[in-house]
Amino acid sequence: MNAPPGAPHDHTHFRDDEASISYYRTMEIAVRELLVEKNVFSLADVRAQIEAMDARTPARGARVVARAWTDAAYRERLLANGAAACEELGLELGPLKLVVVENTPQTHNVIVCTLCSCYPRMLLGLPPDWYKSREYRSRVVREPRRVLEEFGTRLPDAVSIRVHDSTADMRYLVLPMRPTDTDGMNEAQLASRVSRDAMIGTTVIDR
Amino acid sequence: MKLQANHDMGGLTAGRIVPREHTYEPWEKRVDALMMLLSNKDRQLLKVDELRRNIETLGPSAYERMTYYERWMHAICQTLVQRGVITLDELGRRMEEVKARGALPDEGAG
Repeated sequence: MNAPPGAPHDHTHFRDDEASISYYRTMEIAVRELLVEKNVFSLADVRAQIEAMDARTPARGARVVARAWTDAAYRERLLANGAAACEELGLELGPLKLVVVENTPQTHNVIVCTLCSCYPRMLLGLPPDWYKSREYRSRVVREPRRVLEEFGTRLPDAVSIRVHDSTADMRYLVLPMRPTDTDGMNEAQLASRVSRDAMIGTTVIDR
Repeated sequence: MKLQANHDMGGLTAGRIVPREHTYEPWEKRVDALMMLLSNKDRQLLKVDELRRNIETLGPSAYERMTYYERWMHAICQTLVQRGVITLDELGRRMEEVKARGALPDEGAG
């Protein structure tokens, strides 16, 4: 597959920086147009899908974590069946199985998808580039402690690190430890302390 | 022949992690939306396994050269052709038309 020759004829409404549309951007436009013409979906469907994806941010995962920190029974249900517990909060995960792995003073958890990029996107949104990178996928299963150090996360040697390799059908989410300085905080305040990377496991929440 | 497929990189040695992130561009979000819409249970025109197979059969050099959503776009397109949803012929013609009109990247569904 080669890059298309030449640049677009009309730059008047061109909103990208590039002088020409790349081959795959051209393909996306062509495929989308053909599928709309074949009534596979409508442009409104595409827009709605993008809006739904934009609405999925790490704030969703943070809500789940904050609830687990404040409600012991919920925490139990979350660890037993992640998807069902998310549904309790109105977060639909579809057909995906969600396994929530809990950090403890003895054990720290990290998630990865060594084969591609599987990620709890319904709770965290689209993954960051580094999560999909060769460096992260290759190394985090081999030398997680060093990889965490590259994220600025230094764990005591006594803490064991468990790395969880996701699949298309089964996603993981890390339940971080609740910071010690949060007594009396409500769920929203707690949720604001939960970062995306703490739910991936590459960082811990400052206490 | 390499015994370990290119995408199967867990446990290999590699360089330092670069904590790179970017805000996804509209066209990348549209590719993502295409996958989600096609794999939706109401349509079932693409299974995530087909997406993966068509990415994993990319040669190592193409896999490394292409960006993430370029690989997805390639795989979505391959799947649609393999399933007969679109033909290579109509795709090729439409891509030529899109190029000829200098289409707006965000036209229609931005």
